[in-house]
Amino acid sequence: MNTHSTATLTDTTTTLQTDVAPENGRDFTMLLRIGLPLVLFALVIWAWEAYVTAYNVPHYVLPAPSRIMATMIADWPVLYTSLLQTLKTTFLGLMLAILGGVGLAVLLSLSRLVEYSLYPYAVVLQVTPVVAISPLLLIYLPQETAVLTCAWLVAFFPILSNTTLGLQSVDRNLLELFDLYGSTKPKWAPAWLGRLLSRIKALWYLRAPAALPYFLAGLKIAGGLALIGAVVAEIAAGSAGAGSGLAYRIIESQFRLNIPRLFAALALLSITGVVIFLVMSGISHLLLRRWHESALKRER
Amino acid sequence: MNANPLHAHAPSVPITAARRGETIVSLRGVDKTFANGTTALSGLNLDIDTGEFVSLLGPSGCGKSTALRILAGLIDPTRGDVVWPGDAAATADHRGDIGFVFQEPTLMPWATVEDNVYMPLRLRGVSKARAQEAIDSCLALVGLDKFAKAYPRELSGGMKMRVSIARALSLRPKLLLMDEPFAALDEITRFKLNDDILRLQREFACTIVFVTHSVYESAYLSSRIVVMAARPGRIIAEIDVDAPGDRTEAFRTTPHYADLCRQTSAALHGAMGFDEHL
Repeated sequence: MNTHSTATLTDTTTTLQTDVAPENGRDFTMLLRIGLPLVLFALVIWAWEAYVTAYNVPHYVLPAPSRIMATMIADWPVLYTSLLQTLKTTFLGLMLAILGGVGLAVLLSLSRLVEYSLYPYAVVLQVTPVVAISPLLLIYLPQETAVLTCAWLVAFFPILSNTTLGLQSVDRNLLELFDLYGSTKPKWAPAWLGRLLSRIKALWYLRAPAALPYFLAGLKIAGGLALIGAVVAEIAAGSAGAGSGLAYRIIESQFRLNIPRLFAALALLSITGVVIFLVMSGISHLLLRRWHESALKRER
Repeated sequence: MNANPLHAHAPSVPITAARRGETIVSLRGVDKTFANGTTALSGLNLDIDTGEFVSLLGPSGCGKSTALRILAGLIDPTRGDVVWPGDAAATADHRGDIGFVFQEPTLMPWATVEDNVYMPLRLRGVSKARAQEAIDSCLALVGLDKFAKAYPRELSGGMKMRVSIARALSLRPKLLLMDEPFAALDEITRFKLNDDILRLQREFACTIVFVTHSVYESAYLSSRIVVMAARPGRIIAEIDVDAPGDRTEAFRTTPHYADLCRQTSAALHGAMGFDEHL
């Protein structure tokens, strides 16, 4: 190959885009985006506190933020154990959903037969409200497994459907290029094995990276849903007897009219949800920032 | 094989230059009917000779892209054969000999320019270290050696197309097939890439089949222009271009070029004549 060729062919129309947006402007926007919600939050908390103090609202009706905070600290050992339990369920449910969702999506993309036979059932599982399934699960499964199954059930589908869509969203021309360059089948292999091998190759080199943004979008939804599934199942299970997750604490506090603790548990659930969302967004940004449109800043 | 009188070559078009080399690949009596009943090609006979620059020119729907895809082995003809005379075995795999460039750059957005060019080699099981030299020289050929680590989104349309060409060259194909590669680019970029592709052909000594709907592009680039007509897709004229191999921008202003364009246009109008409503 000729390497001494004239390398004077650089495109005259454009050069590499560089990030030359004004630094100050961006910093200011960042400040607003973080600062404004915080200011609003402080205002609401202050108004709440002022209202409760001014009208002497009893704490079993509406506890003041300061009282909720105090309860959170006083009851921390109990709440912490519950938090860990809920986190464990959510995390395990999400992991299983990722394994199952991605695994099944890959199977569906490799074989039409699998897709036709299994996908409808995945849809049925998804559209049946998990609240309605959880009492049944609690009958048939040990409690902890039942709760985990609920978390898995709701987190599973967004990952499956998004990953399936992503695996199918490869540029047709790229797939054709793969046909052209990629399907070198080993001499000893029968034709069907060659086809399978080239499908696996295309899956690994093309479909997987193309599906990544879709998968991550599904993961963002699934993270929140796994928490909801865990909570729903805990509430269903909690009313049936034992249980130690945050949702169970909420039910328990309601029965005992311990409203400050109810609020404290609720706040912890909220924070958990926010942290899950932030972590998922962070992962997504890290993986996509180099190339995907969603992670790019608009140049002005 | 060639019984249909409709695709006999128009006799009014003079054939001037002699063929340059041996036939590298031929289409013999190729028909293509798609599943929806559309007849894209009917009784197509085409020989591609070593070292040629053949343009397939015609109105949209004349099956020029289909013919190219059949040559590449991306789709199979309904009837007829793709013959590679150099090979005894009819089933021999020629995919390694072919580079293909689509109308769109068709790059992997998640991979760097370098990794995009590496893709065909990677699929052939060549390690990155061993492929590096080939990748670098291909990028240098299209003038993008400084952009090896860039991502496709950072490049202009013309630069993306160069990456696509570099990728097609990475396996050092004997036959380069291009499907309206510059149709979506602005004219300035297109002219530049036209010159580049001629230079690449000289340096690489490869055979090029180039699908286009531009009379001017085909006249500027080709050593032979194959004019096709639609419904059914067939060849209605072949114009052998008797022009210097190393064409430059100045060629566009020569009377010879003007004459060539006129001649090609006339043939193309003949092609459209069957379909006045186009």
